[in-house]
Amino acid sequence: MIWTVSDEALTALGEAVVAGSAGLIERPIVAYGELTVHAAADRIVEALTFLRDDPGLQFHQLIDLCGADYPQRPLRFDVVYHLLSMTKNRRIRIKVQTDEDTPVPSVVGVHPGAEWFEREAFDMYGVFFAGHPDLRRLLTDYGFHGHPLRKDFPMTGYVEVRYDDDLKRVVYEPVKSVEFRNWDFLSPWEGAEYARPGQGYPYELPGDEKAGEGR
Amino acid sequence: MSIEHAPPPAKTVSAETAPAETTPAPDVQAVPAAASVETPVRKFSINFGPQHPAAHGVLRLILELDGELVERVDPHIGLLHRGTEKLMEARPYTQNTPYFDRLDYVAPMNQEHAFVIAIERLMGLDVPIRGQLIRVLYCEIGRILNHLLNVTTQAMDVGALTPICWGFEEREKLMVFYERASGARMHANYFRPGGVRQDLPEALIDDIARWCGLFPKALDDIETLITGNRIFKQRNVDIGVVSKEQALAWGFTGVMLRGVGVAWDLRRNQPYECYDDLEFDIPVGINSDCYDRYLCRMEEMRQSVRIMVQCIDRLRKTPGLVLSDDHKVTPPRRGEMKRSMEALIHHFKLYSEGFHVPAGEVYAAVEAPKGEFGVYLVADGSNKPYRCKIRAPSYPHLSAMDWMNRGHMLADVSAILGSLDIVFGEIDR
Repeated sequence: MIWTVSDEALTALGEAVVAGSAGLIERPIVAYGELTVHAAADRIVEALTFLRDDPGLQFHQLIDLCGADYPQRPLRFDVVYHLLSMTKNRRIRIKVQTDEDTPVPSVVGVHPGAEWFEREAFDMYGVFFAGHPDLRRLLTDYGFHGHPLRKDFPMTGYVEVRYDDDLKRVVYEPVKSVEFRNWDFLSPWEGAEYARPGQGYPYELPGDEKAGEGR
Repeated sequence: MSIEHAPPPAKTVSAETAPAETTPAPDVQAVPAAASVETPVRKFSINFGPQHPAAHGVLRLILELDGELVERVDPHIGLLHRGTEKLMEARPYTQNTPYFDRLDYVAPMNQEHAFVIAIERLMGLDVPIRGQLIRVLYCEIGRILNHLLNVTTQAMDVGALTPICWGFEEREKLMVFYERASGARMHANYFRPGGVRQDLPEALIDDIARWCGLFPKALDDIETLITGNRIFKQRNVDIGVVSKEQALAWGFTGVMLRGVGVAWDLRRNQPYECYDDLEFDIPVGINSDCYDRYLCRMEEMRQSVRIMVQCIDRLRKTPGLVLSDDHKVTPPRRGEMKRSMEALIHHFKLYSEGFHVPAGEVYAAVEAPKGEFGVYLVADGSNKPYRCKIRAPSYPHLSAMDWMNRGHMLADVSAILGSLDIVFGEIDR
């Protein structure tokens, strides 16, 4: 038997969280047996403090913190917090939105373990965390430019390294040795609505632009 | 060097003023003392790694030392960063499972497990019971693989050379089991959404059963080398003590959490697969030090063997499918493809386009040997993940290096590092 929490219990938990948070937390969504709630970025510290300290919730552990990029949105970044309550045996996911310039308050004061997770989110997405004690890059190379997990960052990156035997050191050069081949395996036969010439969506096949000709 | 002079000098050459990158050579000679009164005490900042055998991979620690006392630890990670999460966004789901072998390469299948569970939850796939049993069997093999490596290398970090030879002999046998199931000793790529790649041969099950009978003896032998060993105890007892509050605040999971006495194991508290039907105990520590974490790992190996024996019993009684027969997700058998056009089409579609996963997001976690290994998967309805965040258990553990080491001696750094059980494949991703 696989451990699951019923949707009713999650909905009730979500409603309890929203009701008890005095407007800090909103929009509970239950999907795939998991509870997601949303908060305003500037009040995330209060929201996590409430979730941690409320005796009926006790989300003591910050299991994970990560970013996600949705470039089509005005507030393009999600910062996603996964919390775990060991005493109540519940998980919750809380999301806030931000853009490239607006910092999210750091939650290191609530969950000290967030320090590296926030550094990683900053490194990968360029999300700023206000009040973080040491917001340096973590995973990328010394002197790296850019934020690699952004959707507009190329898969191959911008620079490659090699050992130069003349200079007797490792040199950085623009990428030229690899070409990223992004195979489009999506079938044009399935789910393709009638192609609308010039709009490119959902599918435009070679020759579609001639579809209207001769009518 | 002399550091016991009083009063302390007004201004010491402090390591804080020097940038961490330009690490001075560990120059043992203190600034020459003017014959009479004061000896300026010089703090050292030294590099530990990235090419150090006790760094368990490519960890670079900047240690700031006052004499031999550790004052600050700044781990520099990312030397093994391969951009796994970025690469995954460009590949169909099934092509991403091999990346998970390369995260914690000490126990590869446990990582695959979290990923396939995430996909299964999004797609609503069921795993046949025989497939579940094989998964559990191999996850426990992975746990033993991991703990054997960790316990024996921890012993090596504090000076014992024999345990690692004995432990690796057993690991070698387990890797052969990996190979006989999947064709690869380490990077198995054996788990599939909906089950496992293929069934186990009868002879392999018999051999694993025979190994389960012999392994406790090998474990006893290793214990005679380490558990009561005076040097091992001197180096590990009361070293790296963590309080329960600290462990919760810093996101510890797995043995790091059980070592402080919190009985939390996802196999028991949030069971997945058929762990609910299996009997096993969860060892917890009392003193929260490196030695207790070692004892927990030893006991977990014995419990893993217990689980494996139960799985083998049930595998012998449970014939059937090991992979879901929903061929929109799982490939058809080769024999079917020779006769059925539909099977051929399924095969072609699955190995070119792959399957589509409905839009949504899940967080799937398993109890990996090192702790909670989680996958936060965001699907957008296409054949590739939109975002896949890998929550590696040793990542928060390593982030605690700074406060865990403060006030300890330089030699304790490697003991604490060893008991954290870190692997850089999953920390750097």
